[in-house]
Amino acid sequence: MRRPLSFAGLLLALLIALPLAAQQRSSFDYGLVAQEIAPGAYVIVGLREDFSFDNGGNIVNTGFIVGRSGVIVIDTGPSRRYGEQMLAAIRAVTPLPVVLTLNTHHHPDHFLGNQAFPQDTLAALPETIAGIRSEGEGFNDNMYRLNGDWMRDTEVVIPARALSAGRQDIGGRDVEFLALGGHTAADLVVVDHDSGTVYAADLLFNGRAPTTPHADIPRWIAALEQLARLPARLWVPGHGDVSASLAPLHETRDYLEWLAGTMRDAAEAGMDMTEVFALDIPARFAQLALVDTEFRRSVVHLFPAAEQAALSGGRRD
Amino acid sequence: MIRHTLVLAGLLWAGTFALGPPYAVAAPAGEQTANDPLNSPRWGDMAKAFFDGQEVVFDPRISVSGPLVAEDSLNVPITVDASALPGVEEMIVFADFNPILKALRFEPGAAQARLGFRLKLQQSSPVRVAARTVDGVWRVGGAWVTATGGGCTLPSVGSGSPEWQERLNEVSGRLWARIDGGERLRMRVIHPMDTGLAAGIPAFHIEDIVISDENGRILSRIQPLEPVSENPSFTIDLAEAASGGRLHVSGRDNNGNRIDAWVTR
Repeated sequence: MRRPLSFAGLLLALLIALPLAAQQRSSFDYGLVAQEIAPGAYVIVGLREDFSFDNGGNIVNTGFIVGRSGVIVIDTGPSRRYGEQMLAAIRAVTPLPVVLTLNTHHHPDHFLGNQAFPQDTLAALPETIAGIRSEGEGFNDNMYRLNGDWMRDTEVVIPARALSAGRQDIGGRDVEFLALGGHTAADLVVVDHDSGTVYAADLLFNGRAPTTPHADIPRWIAALEQLARLPARLWVPGHGDVSASLAPLHETRDYLEWLAGTMRDAAEAGMDMTEVFALDIPARFAQLALVDTEFRRSVVHLFPAAEQAALSGGRRD
Repeated sequence: MIRHTLVLAGLLWAGTFALGPPYAVAAPAGEQTANDPLNSPRWGDMAKAFFDGQEVVFDPRISVSGPLVAEDSLNVPITVDASALPGVEEMIVFADFNPILKALRFEPGAAQARLGFRLKLQQSSPVRVAARTVDGVWRVGGAWVTATGGGCTLPSVGSGSPEWQERLNEVSGRLWARIDGGERLRMRVIHPMDTGLAAGIPAFHIEDIVISDENGRILSRIQPLEPVSENPSFTIDLAEAASGGRLHVSGRDNNGNRIDAWVTR
């Protein structure tokens, strides 16, 4: 007599659960909330996760700055839907026009929402524009695979305006652009001098393991040194929570130095890449989200160069 | 935060499945192979392609280690290890779902029955190693590697650069003394390892690498095929220290270009 009962129970549970799950998925609502972290300076904080069908790519921090006469948008998120919902979140705060839409670098979670914003406001550093042009379509294809239908109708829009470093008044706000690099070939940092907020994009991670597919670690560390000298009150990382202290800078730098040193030492010791995968990650990095996965990805990105240096050093032919 | 598609991989491999064996599951080569631990629908075809008429068994002492998810499908690091078995004479590596199944053949000789290298994978697939022991039995181990969706780095496009032509078959290598008294050899050879599956580009790959001591005695032999990654790298552990502190690496590609280099500590 138990079997029919439990079967009925299962059916009932399915009848309740399935429509609920379907409803959540079909609404494709990222639930974006703009936090005002300083007067006129906003952040939309993403999840500390990897891309998935569940999060739709909402793993990134985006932001915007509201000046007297216009809005500066900092990154547009992973999809058209994200861009549209981000614009709606901006509209809930201010009716002022978007006067500048920035892509801090060419990784897909930072520019695939470009469709939602006025096309003549899109701007990025020249190497970022080149990166989106050459790799954007490939990124977009892969994002459809990773995030599923959240990506619907998302297309690559290449920013037309090439940005250069410097301090200027934009939309009635005192803003400075730093043209740095190391996470990718070009990483744009936006300093909002009116509020002392630094939008450091993916040069800075907080509580989440840094990613390295296009990384130049020495250049990245030099960029972090430059950032540390800024007169900042608030740090907005590309991934992870906003911070009022330099702790995320130190954490990012500590991890990158360990990563580079580990690759060098492993290569010099004659290890094979599969042996490097198995190395222990120090306990102090255990609190970084996704550190196990990101470490192994980074081995694939970074070990070949370290290995080649070690092998060439020993060559006698 | 990056996710690329493997554009080059797509060019090299796309649409080539018609060349591979059919998907129908053939009769296994032996009773013990009926239950593939990797549960691959292709195992029957693998058994027929590689072990027809020979005895083949799954053996948990043989391992394939690599990433669960391939970050770069053109360079999937793999270590195959049959060193727990005595008397391994020959090893072959293959991937059930690659358009070219067999990746390499390895005669350990004076080396441990263990080899590190990198592999091109078209899609998620079992990667398997089979070791033939002196009794003539093939013993098989393997692991699934997921190779789409997680792929993230840009494919290297070495054959598109002029550099490789000048450096073709150049060897970078080094020896390390092992605490067990043996010698580790790691080396990389410059070579495009073209698969022949991209339109207009014929197969062009290293087919033979021989490792000898300073007196010319052959210690070990690797015979790579098209699925081995561009600019292949290998890790081999020799049972004894290299006499004179050096080893000779020689060989050729399928166009007859020679490999000839000495490797030292």
